[in-house]
Amino acid sequence: MVVRVAVTRLHIRAAPSLSQSLPRIERARVWKRWSSVSQKPNSDRVHFPGAVNSKFTTSMTFHAADENNAIPTYRILDQNGALVDKSRSLPPISDEEILKMYTDMLTVSIMDLIMFDAQRQGKVSFYMVSAGEEGIAVGSAAALSPKDPIFAQYRETGIFQHRGFKLSDFMNQLFANRLDPGLGRNMPVHYGSTELNIHTISSPLATQLPQASGAAYAVKMQNAQNPMDDPRCVVAYFGEGAASEGDFHAALNIAATRGCPVIFICRNNGYAISTPTLEQYRGDGIASRGVGYGIDTIRVDGNDILAVREVTAKAREMCLQDGGKPILIEAMSYRVSHHSTSDDSFAYRAKVEVEDWKRRDNPIVRLRKWMESKGLWDEDKEKEARSRLRKQVLEAFKAAEKEKKPALRNMIGGVYETLTEEQEEQTEAIRKIIETYPDEYDISEYEGGLSTLELEEARKA
Amino acid sequence: MLTSLRLPLRLNGRRIPRRHYATHPPSARLNLPTDFSTTPLLHHTAKSALSLPSLPPSASSGSTSRLNLFQAINSALSTALRTDPSVLLFGEDVAFGGVFRCSMNLATEFGDERVFNTPLSEQGIVGFAIGAAMEGAKAVAEVQFADYVYPAFDQLVNEAAKIRYRAGTNAEGQGCGGLVVRMPCGGVGHGALYHSQSPESLFTHVPGLRVVVPRGPAQAKGLLLAAIESRDPVVFMEPKILYRATVEHVPSERYEIPLSQAEVLREGKDVTVVSYGTPLYTCSDAIEKAERDFGCSVELIDLRTIYPWDRQTVIESVNKTGRAVVVHESMVNAGVGAEVAATLQEQCFLRLESPVQRVAGWSTHPGLVYEKFNFPDVVRVYEAIKKGLEY
Repeated sequence: MVVRVAVTRLHIRAAPSLSQSLPRIERARVWKRWSSVSQKPNSDRVHFPGAVNSKFTTSMTFHAADENNAIPTYRILDQNGALVDKSRSLPPISDEEILKMYTDMLTVSIMDLIMFDAQRQGKVSFYMVSAGEEGIAVGSAAALSPKDPIFAQYRETGIFQHRGFKLSDFMNQLFANRLDPGLGRNMPVHYGSTELNIHTISSPLATQLPQASGAAYAVKMQNAQNPMDDPRCVVAYFGEGAASEGDFHAALNIAATRGCPVIFICRNNGYAISTPTLEQYRGDGIASRGVGYGIDTIRVDGNDILAVREVTAKAREMCLQDGGKPILIEAMSYRVSHHSTSDDSFAYRAKVEVEDWKRRDNPIVRLRKWMESKGLWDEDKEKEARSRLRKQVLEAFKAAEKEKKPALRNMIGGVYETLTEEQEEQTEAIRKIIETYPDEYDISEYEGGLSTLELEEARKA
Repeated sequence: MLTSLRLPLRLNGRRIPRRHYATHPPSARLNLPTDFSTTPLLHHTAKSALSLPSLPPSASSGSTSRLNLFQAINSALSTALRTDPSVLLFGEDVAFGGVFRCSMNLATEFGDERVFNTPLSEQGIVGFAIGAAMEGAKAVAEVQFADYVYPAFDQLVNEAAKIRYRAGTNAEGQGCGGLVVRMPCGGVGHGALYHSQSPESLFTHVPGLRVVVPRGPAQAKGLLLAAIESRDPVVFMEPKILYRATVEHVPSERYEIPLSQAEVLREGKDVTVVSYGTPLYTCSDAIEKAERDFGCSVELIDLRTIYPWDRQTVIESVNKTGRAVVVHESMVNAGVGAEVAATLQEQCFLRLESPVQRVAGWSTHPGLVYEKFNFPDVVRVYEAIKKGLEY
C-alpha cells in the first residue's frame, strides 16, 4: 500500500504522450519542466525540478514584503471624472453603451435603497446592497460576452442588471414567490439564471472559486472542440475577505496548473463585515498573491468604471490566449454601506469615514461627471432617470409582493433528480400532519395548497 | 501487500521473532482468512457473470475477462472516457496510473487534457470537479484516500449536494450531475488512522448526494458507469483491500447496475444480514459457519448504494425473517447501521423476534495494531447470528 508522502519524482515522459493540441509554447514549457536534467557542472542556475530558472547567489537576502513597492492601481478617470492621462484616448465605447452602464449602476443603487428599507419594514427577510461597488460589477460585465459563465459571491447585483435580469426577476427572488426560479429555497440576493449564464449564488464564501476553475476547464475543452464558435471564458467574483479561504488558494493554483481561461475579480472594499483588511492580510492586498501562483495580475480603481471595463476586456483577451490561462484583477473600492441588513457598521467604523467616502468618490458620480463633461448627461436627465427607475422598481416590488409563495412540493422535491422512496413517504407524512391539524398551519399563501403534496403532484417537483 | 515471512529471520546468529501481519491464530476455526477464489460472492465463471441482472443484450452476449477490482474500475473508466468525450478524470497522481493503479494507461490513451494530475488540494479537486460538471463535463474526481476527503467536505455538503435544489427551475442548466468523487476506503490491515477510514455515514446524512460502495469487480464496473451517468452527484467509495484481493469474471461490454437497489446475495428465512463492501465476505463466511452449527438459514443483503438506500428490499427481508444484523467497518456510533436499525424497528416492529444488532467498528480510531479486534470479523458476525436466534 502506498502511504502518501511528498515524493519528488520526475516523470521522464516520451514526447508523444504529451498533449498534441497544446500550443507550441505551452508544450515547450511543460516539456522543460518534465525533462529537468541533472545539474551541469559550473552552472550559474539551480536545476532542481521545483525551481527551474533560479540563479545562484552568494548574497543572503530575505525578500522583504515591502509596502513601498505595492502594485499600482490603474485608472483612466480621476475623482472628478476627468482623464488623468490627457495624452491618451479612451477605449472605444459608444455613447449608448456608456448610458447603459450608467443607468445600470443607477438602477442597482435605487433598488438597493428601496429594498434595504423594505427589509427594515419586514417586507423581505434580508438584503445586501452594492453601494460603492456598482462600477465593478457593471463595468466588468460590460466587457464580457453574454455567454461567458459567471460565478458571483453576492455583492454583484450589477452583473445581473447588465446581463438582462429584469426588475421583476430581482423582486421575485427577493420575495421568494412562486415565480422565483429558486422556488423560494434561498435567502434573498441569491440570484441565478441559466439563460444569462450566471450560476446561482450560494452563501458559503469562496466555494465558487475552484468551481470557476473547473467550469473554465470544461469551457476550455468546449472551445477546442468547437473552434468555429466564439471562445468563452469564465469569470469569478469574490471579496477580499473570501480570499482568505482555502478555496481561494486551491482555485488559483489549479487554474494556473491546468491553464484555465478564468478571470478572478476581487472586490477589495476594505471590510469583511467588521474586519478591516489589516486583520485580513499583511501582504500587498490580493493582487500580490496572483504572481505567486504564476498568474498575470492587475490592480484597478474600482470606482472608475471605464478602467474596470477596459481591464476586464484586456483580461478576457489574455485569458483566451495560448489555449487558456487565468488572470487576476483586484478592484479597489470602499464598502459604503453596511455589510447587510443584519449589520450596523457604525459599531466598528466611524460614520465620518463613511460619509467622507460617499462625498469624495463613488463610481456613479465619477462617471456622471465625465458624461456631463461630454454633454451626454445633465441635471434634468438625472432627475428624470431617477424618478422613472424608482417608479419601475416600486411597480415590480408591488407585483412581486402580491404573488403567492411557491408550491409546498418544492420543500422536499428537487434534492435529487426524482423523489426518493424515503422522500415520497415523508411527503405523505407532511400532508397528513397538515390535514390532521389544519388550524396549526397556514398554507393559504402557498400555490396549490395541500394538493401539491399529493404524491402524483409532488413527483413533479 | 506485505506477505508474512515464512522463515524466522536470523541476524548475527540471533533469532528474530516472526511478525504476524497477515496471519491468523493457529487454532482458529472461525476467523480464517477469506478465500476469494471460492467465495460465492464473486463470479468464478463467465456464464455466471453474463447472467448478471440488468445487463443489456450487447453485454450478456459478449465476452468476459477476469479482472481484479482496480482493473474493473480501470475498465469502467476507460469505457466512460471512450464513449463520452465530456468525461474527465483527475486527482492526485492519476496521470501515471494512480497509487492503486486504477487509472493505468488512461492518460496515454485519452490524452492529458482528459486524464490529468491536479495540485495536492482536496478542496480544489472537488470544487474543480463540481464546476466542470456545472458546465457540462462528466467529472470523475479522485480523492487519494477517503481519509483525506474532509478538506473537501464543505464542497460536497454545501455545494455538490445542494446545487440542484438551490438552482430550482435553473437546475437543468446548472446542476452537477455527472460528478463522481471516487475514493479508496476501508481497512487494509495496516492503514492505521489515515489509510483505513470509511466515512460513508457522514455523507448519508446529506440529502442530495448518492453514496455507493461496490463489493467486487463486476459490481464496481456497473455501479461506476451508472454513477457517471447519474444526474445526481455520487460519492463512490472503493474498498482498497479488495483492489487486488477480489478477482472475478467481468462482462467486457458496457453495462450499468442501477443505483439505490440492494442485492439479495443468498436467500434465508431465519435471520437477515445487511452489509456492503468488504465485510460482506466476512458475513458470507460467518453465515456458512452459523448455518452449519445452528441449522438456521440466513439471508444476506448487499446494500450496494448506501444512500438513498433500498429500504424496501431490506424491510421485506426482515418482515420474512424477523431478525436482522447490520455489519459495517466504520464506527457503530451514528453509522449506517443506526439508520438501518431505526428504519427496521419502525417498519418491522411487529415482525421482529429479537433486537436489530449492529456489528461494526468500535467507537474508537483505527489504531495500527488493533485492526483485527476493531473491525467486524467472522466471530462477531457469527456471535450476532447466534444471539439473534437465541433471544
